[in-house]
Amino acid sequence: MTPLTLDDIEALAVGSWILGTGGGGSPYLGLLNMRRLYAEGHRVFLLSPVALADEDCVAVVSNMGAPLVGQERLADSRNIARAVEIQEGLLGAKFRAVMPLEIGGGNSIQPLMAGAHLRLPIVDADTMGRAYPEAQMTSVAVGELRPYPCVLYDPRGIEAVVTKVPSWRWMERVSRKICVEFGSIASTCKAPRTGREVKDWGIHFTVSKAIGLGRRVREAQRRHDDPIAAILDEGLGKLLFHGKVVDVARRTTEGYLRGRVTIEGLDNDRGSRVEIAFQNEWVVAWRDNAPLVMSPDLICVLDSVSGEAFGTETIGYGRRVSVIALPAPPVFLTPKGLEHVGPRAFGYDLDFHSVFESA
Amino acid sequence: MRRIGVDVGGTNTDAVLLEDGAVIHAVKTPTSPDVTTGIVTAIDELSRCLGITSGVIDAVVIGTTHFVNAVVQRRELARVAAVRIGLPAAASLPPFCDWPLDLAERVRGGVFMLEGGHDYDGRPIVPFDEAGMRRIAQQICESGIHAVAVAAIFSPLDPSGEERARAILAEECPDATVTASHQLARIGLLERENAALLNAALIDVAKATVAGFTAAIEASGIAAPLYLTQNDGTVMPAAMAAALPVLSFASGATNSMRGAAFLSGLADAMVIDVGGTSTDVGQLRNGFPREANSVVEIGGVRTLFRMPDLLSIGLGGGSLVQADPLAVGPESIGYRLIDESRVFGGDTVTATDIAVAAGLARIGDGRAIADLSRDLVRRALAKTHGMIEDAVDRMKTDARDLPLIAVGGGAFLVPDRVAGISQVIRVPHGGCANAVGAAIAQISGETDQIYRDLSREEAISAGEAQAGERAVAAGADRANLSTVDVEDMPLAYLPGNALRVRVRVVGEMASRRNQLGSSSVSQ
Repeated sequence: MTPLTLDDIEALAVGSWILGTGGGGSPYLGLLNMRRLYAEGHRVFLLSPVALADEDCVAVVSNMGAPLVGQERLADSRNIARAVEIQEGLLGAKFRAVMPLEIGGGNSIQPLMAGAHLRLPIVDADTMGRAYPEAQMTSVAVGELRPYPCVLYDPRGIEAVVTKVPSWRWMERVSRKICVEFGSIASTCKAPRTGREVKDWGIHFTVSKAIGLGRRVREAQRRHDDPIAAILDEGLGKLLFHGKVVDVARRTTEGYLRGRVTIEGLDNDRGSRVEIAFQNEWVVAWRDNAPLVMSPDLICVLDSVSGEAFGTETIGYGRRVSVIALPAPPVFLTPKGLEHVGPRAFGYDLDFHSVFESA
Repeated sequence: MRRIGVDVGGTNTDAVLLEDGAVIHAVKTPTSPDVTTGIVTAIDELSRCLGITSGVIDAVVIGTTHFVNAVVQRRELARVAAVRIGLPAAASLPPFCDWPLDLAERVRGGVFMLEGGHDYDGRPIVPFDEAGMRRIAQQICESGIHAVAVAAIFSPLDPSGEERARAILAEECPDATVTASHQLARIGLLERENAALLNAALIDVAKATVAGFTAAIEASGIAAPLYLTQNDGTVMPAAMAAALPVLSFASGATNSMRGAAFLSGLADAMVIDVGGTSTDVGQLRNGFPREANSVVEIGGVRTLFRMPDLLSIGLGGGSLVQADPLAVGPESIGYRLIDESRVFGGDTVTATDIAVAAGLARIGDGRAIADLSRDLVRRALAKTHGMIEDAVDRMKTDARDLPLIAVGGGAFLVPDRVAGISQVIRVPHGGCANAVGAAIAQISGETDQIYRDLSREEAISAGEAQAGERAVAAGADRANLSTVDVEDMPLAYLPGNALRVRVRVVGEMASRRNQLGSSSVSQ
């Protein structure tokens, strides 16, 4: 087990916001909680997924709901710990470790808060390798692992359990209804996973990956180096476009934030324009009307100067941005994986083509 | 309408008289350490030139950086009792949790959390804890703290919890001055609460400063209501500024952008304000500065204040020029320009000397710089123009060419041709654009709310109506309200087509005759 320093967690907040691919909510409030917990003497440790025994039980956690509601109700570190305790009670066994559902955005910090209170290590893995909006968009759903039971907790003392559903899509529908009743925010502990399942279906070493990305960005900022170049180097990414945001159109359909952002090229890309469609996260980008990059490749829109990520809710006119792609987790590149998270899963009738295939 | 605008800057206090939409006279005087004396001097000089005190003045509008400097310099701050309404939610991140330690130590005068607050859909999280609030109010009273900040979860949507807390504090602790976070608007509990805490910390200095301004106006023999400029380029009555000083945090730069819009008659343009030490570049949209859409830190505290999106670079008329390696700024001789620069008989080469040598400005004694090498003048000028061009391009967010309004005492450093700029516009009184901006005195109202089950158009017009009422309550004339900013944001993951709508409405100041007949004006 590797101890995580507060500096690692600061880097995790920066890196996970990049891996959020436009969604997942800002990790700032989670980071504030961790600063306080560390000041009180709490520490968390990172555990390699390969160090899990097959029969170990792993808690998979996330905060569910609208990032905007989170800005008011804030992230309370004890809530996510409570969700894990309830799940443990149902399970009738002790958890060996806690794991993030998604490494992208604020949910990267949730398992650290639970781990600090419960003295459990954090598995260096997740089930998305980024952020995605729906419950069936995970590696464990691609692997058709059991989707239940799911615990949802609210600090008013409301404890809900979805004990059984026939599919991940049903889990999404039913748990979303509960979450909305809670005020569109819930601390959740998803279906427990065994060590074997994490080893077979988890997306490995993504916590380390996020910390590495964040550390490189922070270093580049300190040294006044190019943070975009550092991200591309660290994440084995591809720079796709450099430009200025000239239009943002947002609308809501079926409870999601959808829309398009238009970026006009600068420097070497002058004369070209890129449009990126989003559903909470960036999904498909076109360059001069031809598909450029699409999910599951990670599309990141970054501040060209600071290297920090822009979210789909916060990006605005006039921002100078660099659009980059990072490689998708292999589990999503299979035909079954593409059914869950390929362009057609988001309603775009396109055959998936990775920008990394031609390389 | 006759109005006096005053801008209190770090170096100069500028004052202008505006009459029926025209600048009648402008003066520049040195800023005094106590601020008030400088204002009296500036207004006196304005009066001496014109005898303006004989006529009716409709309003005096002052722009000041006094309050923001108090926070940045950590002086004159009151101890604040923080009351958070929202338990059992948000308990692990109490008030002051993200403040710099030194400032928190100085300001924190007790932290209290109690049950209450609302969800995004307007339902209470739990019922408001009346008895708990009464106990807290008694404790605050016993502690001797008189500045209180109250913040409730989702109070911009339902302020009833904060209002109830204020009423209980008034009963139990009558000497307390209460800042409620919903008065400062915007969703985002920590940032809104931080604004309320800063505001409460500034209550004493705000009351004293506004009283000083009022006395200065009276001492000048002017019987006119006093207004202070806000961050967004509009104004608020003095009484409101004394209660909500954080709303006037921003800068002369906002005023100079508004002044540039007024003097040029342009509503959509780039503005460059070249001062003695620094240059600010921003963009006007509908006559107002484009706002920064990110979190703004004041003295290290995260807030969501309405701040103009400005780029400041270290270039001005007093910038030092070095030949090898070639450099213009960021060091500057500032107000010592009139003693130390070459054209004024000193021996320091500044950007002003370069401009005079190049024939771009007629300042001081042109013969004093006859020995400057032509090569240095050419290279330094090219460097200066390059810096300006780059700053303008970085702030420009439209692909199409826009006009550039050049104001400030060092506007002669701006070249006549700039890439991406259709025309460089220079205006009379551009040197006092900041005081002109203060004098034009429009009044704004803003709302930021979540609407459900309304069409986008219905939600926006509901927002416009509410923002309009707020503008009228602050002193705007109901007859000429206009909407200058609408932002709608569908809320991810929320059902019922939830839409967050932010609207800003501005109006001309209601004339004093009309104000007498109106009960909604607090002046």
